[in-house]
Amino acid sequence: MFYREAGQFKSSYAADQAIFPIKQDLWFIVGLLIVAVVVVPLVASEYILHSVLMPFLILSVAAMGLNILLGYCGQISLGTAGFMAVGAFAAYKLATAFPELPILLNFILAGGITAMVGVVFGLPSLRIKGFYLAVTTLGAHFFIEWVITHFGWFTNYSTSGVISAPPIDVFGIPIESAESRYVFTILIVIALAFLMKNMVRGSMGRAWMAVRDMDVAAEVIGIRLLPTKLLAFGVSSFYCGISGALYVFVYLGTVEPQGFEIARAFQVLFMVIIGGLGSVMGSFFGAAFIIMFPIVITNTAFLFGGVIRAEVLSNLELMIFGALIIFFLIVEPAGLARLWSIGKEKMRLWPFPH
Amino acid sequence: MLEVAISDPIFTIEVLVSGLLSGIMYSLVALGFALIFKASGVFNFAQGAFVLFAALTFVSFLEMALFGEGGGVWYFAVCFVITLAVMIGYGIAVERIVLRPLVNQPMIILFMATIGLNFFTEGFAQMLWGAEVHALDLGIPDVPWQEFGEATGIYLSVFELVTAGIAGVLVLGLALFFSKTRTGRALRAVSDDHQAAMSVGIPLQHIWAVTWAAAGIIALIAGMLWGAKLGVQFSLTLLALKALPVLIIGGVDSITGAIVGGLIVGASEKLAEVFIGPYFGGAIENWFPYALATVFLLFRPQGLFGEKIIERV
Repeated sequence: MFYREAGQFKSSYAADQAIFPIKQDLWFIVGLLIVAVVVVPLVASEYILHSVLMPFLILSVAAMGLNILLGYCGQISLGTAGFMAVGAFAAYKLATAFPELPILLNFILAGGITAMVGVVFGLPSLRIKGFYLAVTTLGAHFFIEWVITHFGWFTNYSTSGVISAPPIDVFGIPIESAESRYVFTILIVIALAFLMKNMVRGSMGRAWMAVRDMDVAAEVIGIRLLPTKLLAFGVSSFYCGISGALYVFVYLGTVEPQGFEIARAFQVLFMVIIGGLGSVMGSFFGAAFIIMFPIVITNTAFLFGGVIRAEVLSNLELMIFGALIIFFLIVEPAGLARLWSIGKEKMRLWPFPH
Repeated sequence: MLEVAISDPIFTIEVLVSGLLSGIMYSLVALGFALIFKASGVFNFAQGAFVLFAALTFVSFLEMALFGEGGGVWYFAVCFVITLAVMIGYGIAVERIVLRPLVNQPMIILFMATIGLNFFTEGFAQMLWGAEVHALDLGIPDVPWQEFGEATGIYLSVFELVTAGIAGVLVLGLALFFSKTRTGRALRAVSDDHQAAMSVGIPLQHIWAVTWAAAGIIALIAGMLWGAKLGVQFSLTLLALKALPVLIIGGVDSITGAIVGGLIVGASEKLAEVFIGPYFGGAIENWFPYALATVFLLFRPQGLFGEKIIERV
């Protein structure tokens, strides 16, 4: 009922392969984006913009990155936070060494540096998989953390090890207010999501999925494993790097090396699992869920008049997160994205049974 | 620093032995992983949280002093038994609620489920018993062994030696259990091939419950020893992360491997920290075991004692 596809004929291959083959989907997404880019910054309070939407957007970039690696290519990684740190510090070094470098170019270069680091740490993936890879990427995390903390060059010899990002501007427009930061971030996020959607639809994404589903079979049909896996590591790290750079330059403005700790890597992993492995949309659902959830819990507890202590609350949060992960893996391994598509399917048929 | 190693062999030996002994402590945690992996093919990321949960439960009962102050050895034993029961119960519950619905899922899904379990257990343990740091006194003094020190010039901690002894007994017990008992052999059959084991009449779920309960027991012992060393606190869960390279080096499915891997990691990280660390500004302990494990993975993915995984097309 909500979906009337009647009359939408595809007369070319291009139309058949469009990202949104159904008109209503396209309009919905376009409408959503217009609202998100134009209306939200006008109406939302600074608190909502800065403390809810910014972390959501930035972490959804990291979630997209991990989703490429884990959801599409099947290579588990616990190095997400480490790669975010690489991106953040690479962008910082670039910005302080070349102050006249445009910020977008800076971010892309920082992402590129992170991609190279990611490829290096992805090298063992040809010989090992599963949780073995989790261990080596965990090692990558600790190694990166150690390098950044112990070599003053990365923090420009700041005594506390804390870096402060210089103010940025895009095409002469300063990015200072909460609104401008938000709009800048969401435009980058949209571009990255669009890029990812097209990557995973193309031969690249198909190769990744073949490797994920069965690497031996993929090799037999002529997919070269090493380049494919390394490409996934590279692209994934690129996204993580951009996420880290955004985190420092646009969101917090300052960060210490410990700012990207191992808990962050698990947080992003949870986003991907809850949102949906192997889905662009899922990365956003997962990020939204994980960011909103503690806020909802805190506010619910607040309704009870602060009877529950903060300590209990944080433990409760851990428990619920843990239980949810298990619940999703058992009941709906494809995550929220799957629920979304089931819902869409239902709306297409309603109120007719078939 | 290398010249120190050459000029002062006693110091080098002290570093080496203290590394080996702290390696035994890693092995204790790694044993829990290896046991579950061997029996059910699940890599239990939550073992570190189990250690925390067990130690917290034990120390909390001990502090409650249910039968009045100064219960002495008997009360200690009672607490041990209560905690043992709690851990066995928790292990069985985990098997029933988490693992059973996930039978036949890919390994990576099971692995991620145990990450969820890890977070749940951390939250649960601290919600139940609070998050403050508890001191745990097992009555084993953490002082150098005087007689041996005077005789050889090498001072070793009594506590670490006792720990090593306990770990040794545990390993011996497990080895006997796996090779001599009916249940132990059933466990090995299950780890070899679930379906084949079922078809010869091994009750799969019963066996898994046994495994998880055993992992709980090992977690308790590791938790008590680590708790006595570091204090019972949240950072005990980080031990799980340290146990990962131990497993990789030793081989994930091998009890011997867990011990030998622990020794290698313990010794090499201490030696590296003392003799190589100063060249790089120190604190390389944090990542050195992982680097070592990665090298091992590249040349010997199954670890030292693991069974070789052969993939056929």
